[in-house]
Amino acid sequence: MGGSSDEPLVLGIETSCDETGVGIVRGRTLLADAVASSVEEHARFGGVVPEVASRAHLEAMVPTIERACETAGVRLADVDAVAVTHGPGLAGTLLVGVASAKALAWGLGKPLYGVNHLAAHVAVDQLEHGPLPEPCLALLVSGGHSSLLRVTDVTATGGVDPLGATIDDAAGEAFDKVARLLGLPFPGGPHIDRAAREGDGVAIDFPRGLSSRRDLERHRFDFSFSGLKTAVARWVEARERSGEPVPVADVAASFQEAVCDVLVRKALDAAASEGVEDLLIGGGVAANSRLRALAVERAERLGVRVRVPRPGLCTDNGAMVAALGAEMVARGRTPSSLDLPADSSLPVTEVLAG
Amino acid sequence: MLLALDTSSPQVSVALHDGVDVVDERVSEQPMRHGEQVMPLVDAALRACDAHRHDLTAVAVGVGPGPFTGLRVGLVTARTLAHVLDLPVYGVCSLDVLALEAVAQRLPGLDAGFAAASDARRREVHLATYDAEGRRVDGPVVGRADALAATLPPGLPVVGEGALLYPDALRAAGEPMPLRPSAGWLARAVAGELVELGDPEPLYLRRPDAETPGARKPVS
Ligand SMILES: [Zn+2]
Repeated sequence: MGGSSDEPLVLGIETSCDETGVGIVRGRTLLADAVASSVEEHARFGGVVPEVASRAHLEAMVPTIERACETAGVRLADVDAVAVTHGPGLAGTLLVGVASAKALAWGLGKPLYGVNHLAAHVAVDQLEHGPLPEPCLALLVSGGHSSLLRVTDVTATGGVDPLGATIDDAAGEAFDKVARLLGLPFPGGPHIDRAAREGDGVAIDFPRGLSSRRDLERHRFDFSFSGLKTAVARWVEARERSGEPVPVADVAASFQEAVCDVLVRKALDAAASEGVEDLLIGGGVAANSRLRALAVERAERLGVRVRVPRPGLCTDNGAMVAALGAEMVARGRTPSSLDLPADSSLPVTEVLAG
Repeated sequence: MLLALDTSSPQVSVALHDGVDVVDERVSEQPMRHGEQVMPLVDAALRACDAHRHDLTAVAVGVGPGPFTGLRVGLVTARTLAHVLDLPVYGVCSLDVLALEAVAQRLPGLDAGFAAASDARRREVHLATYDAEGRRVDGPVVGRADALAATLPPGLPVVGEGALLYPDALRAAGEPMPLRPSAGWLARAVAGELVELGDPEPLYLRRPDAETPGARKPVS
């Protein structure tokens, strides 16, 4: 299969939310990306239920490992290292992956790397676009996180510097909540994206969070989506009260425009201020078509190169964990110990557990 | 060499059985933190016996009932080890292990049968009933100790931590009764085929806490 055989074969496990992901890479070559999702079990609850997700992870774990090996055409015994997301994420779901990864690494007699989920979202792009430029700026947006990072070395302490983050809801969370408001299914991202294509993004002028001059002094690179979500709710309710139909496509498009506008504006402002010429966008919301288009369009004018992994690599998966694990091996980082904990609130600066 | 582990109580219990008897048994020092402690304990047990992972021939795991998060750690560990080392894996009800230990230790007063109860938190217990030989008659079920006690013959002796937690409802069997499932007895149970062996499937007994969202709350 792909990749030269002197590069490390790394298996990565991801269970920080509702996807059981097992990926296998050889160096920077993706060999398998097996994902089992429990998203349909959560749909009727309007959000991920941790206990439901944890139960699904237990059932899916070993079958997903098997499927990844089959797809990659490798035997478990050939694996050189095991990497696992040990945070941040849901405590109970993380633990299933961490416990399985430890048993796997120990059973193989191979090193274990407990890695940071956010850093893995950055590292995954190497599988598609080759080595990461250093430094680069990473905008990570998903249902669980929204952060702007300056990355000089994704494998090293001090190599990932957080410039800003959301101060309330994650961007993906806002997508879910607005989708619910508009009667669209969970998860909201893809449905809003689809509805917005028929709508007008400038039809309604929704607020751009933390963009006033005063906010920019204290929160130049931070995000806020809670006010936007409330503004959309108010607008929809006013419409309903007046007995007029809610123009779903226009609301979706205008909401999406407000989110993408502020994400791209702040990311490019950070790129300019840091003198960084490469912007990487990752996380589930990076699958949004408008975010990609807007980022590419505006970045070009500023001479900033944009890298966005294909949608399947943006959402949570095991390949991203394997990609970061392979980079840890390549750069000679020290493996994690067998008492590795799951850490639901792991800071983004801690890329590798001791 | 059989590896046995149980994570259905606040402690992690790990044991090795060489076909004759238990050759190593260890219990976690810290309560909870099952995920951090189980593999280091497995590793330490093998080292203490000068054994290698390839000396393992089977894995046994307590399938609860017990608090879900810890329970899953044991199950996913057992399943993954069995998969990677290509071993059979057996699941055993953790209350059966308590019962077997009580009978094997000849705890007095169990001639007319008894029950085993563990802490289910939320002011509830997990409970199953057994005959004098330690064969399960009924259960396991989860519920308030007083409500479950009402379904038992009056004065039925109860082994396990649940009996100590709710002394008003459950009558603790004599001393020294087993309090938490031990991997040592789990190993003996499996090696001697003294209990019903099942798949490594968790006995949750409760549905996940999850509420379907109600009507939208207006913001203005
Ligand atoms: Zn993520």
